[in-house]
Amino acid sequence: MSGSTASSTPGTQGLGLAQYAICLKGIVWREVLRYWHQRERFVSALVRPLVWLFIFAAGFRSVLGVSIIPPYDTYVLYEVYITPGLIAMIELFSGMQSSLSMVYDREMGNMRTLLVSPFPRWFLLTSKLAAGTAVSLAQVYAFLLVAYFWEIEPPSPWGYLTVLPALVLAGLMLGALGMLLSSLIKQLENFAGVMNFVIFPMFFASSALYPLWRVKEGSPWLATICELNPFTHAVELIRFALYEKVNFLALAVVLGAAIVFLGAAIAAYDPSRGMLRRREGP
Amino acid sequence: MSSSTPEPEAASNRGASPPAALVVAATSHSYGKRKALENVGFSVTQGSFSVLLGLNGAGKSTLFCLITRLFATQRGTIRIFGFDVNRAPSEALRRLGVVFQARTLDLDLTVMQNLSYHAALHGISGQATKLRAGFVLDQVKMADRAREKVRDLSGGQMRRVEIARALLHRPRMLLLDEPTAGLDIKARADILKHVRGLVASEGIGVLWATHLIDEIEPGDDVVVLHEGKILDRGNASEIAARAGAAGMGPAFTALTGAAGFEGEPK
Repeated sequence: MSGSTASSTPGTQGLGLAQYAICLKGIVWREVLRYWHQRERFVSALVRPLVWLFIFAAGFRSVLGVSIIPPYDTYVLYEVYITPGLIAMIELFSGMQSSLSMVYDREMGNMRTLLVSPFPRWFLLTSKLAAGTAVSLAQVYAFLLVAYFWEIEPPSPWGYLTVLPALVLAGLMLGALGMLLSSLIKQLENFAGVMNFVIFPMFFASSALYPLWRVKEGSPWLATICELNPFTHAVELIRFALYEKVNFLALAVVLGAAIVFLGAAIAAYDPSRGMLRRREGP
Repeated sequence: MSSSTPEPEAASNRGASPPAALVVAATSHSYGKRKALENVGFSVTQGSFSVLLGLNGAGKSTLFCLITRLFATQRGTIRIFGFDVNRAPSEALRRLGVVFQARTLDLDLTVMQNLSYHAALHGISGQATKLRAGFVLDQVKMADRAREKVRDLSGGQMRRVEIARALLHRPRMLLLDEPTAGLDIKARADILKHVRGLVASEGIGVLWATHLIDEIEPGDDVVVLHEGKILDRGNASEIAARAGAAGMGPAFTALTGAAGFEGEPK
């Protein structure tokens, strides 16, 4: 009898810091492995911004002149201008795609196993977010490598390093937004709606493709929308970081938006008040 | 153990009846106006094979969502080895293993890679994972397939790996949601035999949800769930005797038939 009582304690001995680290590592590792097995996803994630860079930017090179605005000290080519926007686009797509995979996971049962883990839910969701961001970083650096051969590079190699924290923060913010959306999307088919109502408006109503002063000339109210769009600030954060500078407004907005989106996503996945139970309705 | 929390199951009735692995007490749940569960109460003792029998839509899935804390319990309490699922989720979930109806394994990863991920979700890593994964795979007779991709396994083999996955963290209570769905007769019998073997050899509590009456043996504890209510519970042979039927099949028909006509004008 005493033997059975002793064995009634599970193998995990409480959840210390080491166990949290193991859990985080496991979640990131799985995401990377899965990603490795879907290399076509990697290729398409790379082709999309490259099409913009090689075709769109080249075509508009002479149409759109970019004056000297911070962080640039000289006139820059249009390709150089839109590169931070394309980097942010990679992270935007990646964040939305990981939300798609969460909807898929939920339908398949993977989300269920994640949520029956004894770790607190905020930690599990944050780990999942970190995993998605790690994957998006690989995509961004692959893009930067190709751009380098196209002679688009930061003023000094240090830019590749200083951009990293900006990429992490922007990736977390966009991933948290995707996670929040994943709790609202009921089925996979609705992802087309996410493209139309989230990705495109966020991307086009931002400073990714054109500087805000130019937008203002055309339409002041659109410029205001752009200024309110957190994606604009993600783009600017990355743009400045590539030039070893910090845009503090962008930093504050991206950080704040990341916290709000993640907090809302955690609340949405909370069993007692979340959206989860609603979708199970008749 | 190092934990300062006393083990409730050890504190209460030691030596008397075996401790309850799972207690569902006076639990109700509704989606808007539709009642999915009404005052459901039963318990699963350690080392017993209990069957949750009900047709599709009886409320089995809702009950599983509540036990695994996907939804918070609206009314009533659910305890796993004395730990309230909503108040002490971490302690409760640590003691619980779940085999979901849906597949949870990544097809492109190997069996071992899948198990390593799920072990990490319980804070287990490295050598401990290898040992434990080897052990649970051996239990479901899948040890020789550890390096294969899940995609290359048959439906029945995948189910066995799902069971191994659910056992990784040494749970003392195992929930299975229609684990034989979509399997052929041979694979079904295999899975059933494996899980019954676990009850006998490891003494874990099992709650097996199904709508298939032939998966029940006369000695099993059965909870008959119909339209969110428990119609009867107890030993399968007792239920049959109470219903005045020759076996569980006719008993189920009699019970659900009676429930169906209840309240309707004759």
